[in-house]
Amino acid sequence: MSTLTIAALKDILRSAAGEDDGVDLDAEILDTPFTELGYDSLALLETAARIAREYGVSLSDDDVDQIETPRELLDRVNAAARA
Amino acid sequence: MTSAVVTGIGVVAPTGIGAEEYWRATTAGESAIGPITRFDPAPYPVRLAGEVPGFVPAEHVPSRLLPQTDHGTRLSLAAAAEALSGSGLTADEAPEFGIGIATASTMGGFEFGQRELQHLWQLGGQHVSAYQSFAWFYAVNTGQISIRHGLRGPGATIVADQAGGLDALGVARRQIRKGTPAVVTGGVDSALCPLGLAGQLSTGDLSGAHDPERAYLPFTREAGGHVPAEGGAILVVEDAGFARDRGAPVLGEIAGYAATFDPDPRDPAADGLLRAARQAIADAGLEPGDVDVVFADAAGRPGADRREAAAITALFGAGGIPVTAPKTGTGRLYAGAGGLDTATALLSLRDQSIPPTVHVGATDPAHEIDLVVGRARPAALTTALVLARGRGGFNAALLVRAPRPGKPNHTKE
Repeated sequence: MSTLTIAALKDILRSAAGEDDGVDLDAEILDTPFTELGYDSLALLETAARIAREYGVSLSDDDVDQIETPRELLDRVNAAARA
Repeated sequence: MTSAVVTGIGVVAPTGIGAEEYWRATTAGESAIGPITRFDPAPYPVRLAGEVPGFVPAEHVPSRLLPQTDHGTRLSLAAAAEALSGSGLTADEAPEFGIGIATASTMGGFEFGQRELQHLWQLGGQHVSAYQSFAWFYAVNTGQISIRHGLRGPGATIVADQAGGLDALGVARRQIRKGTPAVVTGGVDSALCPLGLAGQLSTGDLSGAHDPERAYLPFTREAGGHVPAEGGAILVVEDAGFARDRGAPVLGEIAGYAATFDPDPRDPAADGLLRAARQAIADAGLEPGDVDVVFADAAGRPGADRREAAAITALFGAGGIPVTAPKTGTGRLYAGAGGLDTATALLSLRDQSIPPTVHVGATDPAHEIDLVVGRARPAALTTALVLARGRGGFNAALLVRAPRPGKPNHTKE
């Protein structure tokens, strides 16, 4: 299973939930909370569903609730993919 | 009692995106009824519709909302933005819970729902969008408009088929009378996908004609159903004092409104539409003689047309008032119709011109109504009656009155 990169995650976020006006996803966002990037819990559920389809890693709703930043999401997905 | 005035109009109609473009096409008698292009209609008995052409979602809806919205919701967001912009109203200008919202819906986001159902059956539940949780349902336009513009006042969604658009305006007026300064209201419908068309076909009310000029001919001997359409209008309605204090442009007043069910078991002979019209006129404190023009529901079915014409002649006498149905150029808009007909009536009052009923050459003489056909008719207009009926026995009638002369905030915008 391939590694989920920040670039791939940005593509998924844009496709799953769009991009807020006034937010630059191309900037350094690894540690910017999703809430500041304009993504609510439903946007992250949709993002998680796409990651599950494309990377074979399923996050539970509780996992999604606890993940706050892109870095945490990448770490969780890639750790699960290696396991 | 406080009066409710309209201060903003937003239109997304098959004949025009934007109130002024729509009004220009409507007074010119243009028609947008044509073959369905959204999907291949060949397998269906109905192949004509009124589609909103040239709508580019990204021009009207932020990227963040695109993945979570049905086509119809995008149309409603465009209309709401235009209405609010025209009225100059923003959430900052009212108390936190001071701007309400009431929209009508007939079908919800069927196109979104169809796509997700296809994903469910073809690909599995993992492929169903999380946004299916709300993108398909009746209340979605009310919700998305309120979130987009920070409207935190009383919210409502009205489902009463074609009568719902007028009922939404009635709800808006009631909220204003109860103390809410402003309400964003109206309706936008769109279900021009195979699932939506299948639902509409089940009524048996759609025209099977394939000639766009002969498919929707209310009040004629050829009347054989209607053409389905998408679009509608969103209006900003405000307490007259609140509108005046903030210097808002006033397009007219919602002077009267009534809704009835059909039939009345105590008086089965009394047509529900007639009772609604009569009560709306009385609610405005007016007599039938005070009304200058009727915007008809124009179902396009012989029995319904006959009852509507009879209601109009019962109130105004045979040929006693100009009647028009500009929706013959768009098709029937379901929940979108009430807001759009009200917007059209307000623009008629503004420009002292009755737009024509499109495609109709001569009415069936049995109806005894003065239908405005051919071209727009200049007329001295102060008060317009808008009629609407929804499948299931819903009737609604609404009166709009031109801004009173001498009011300092009367503008032509």
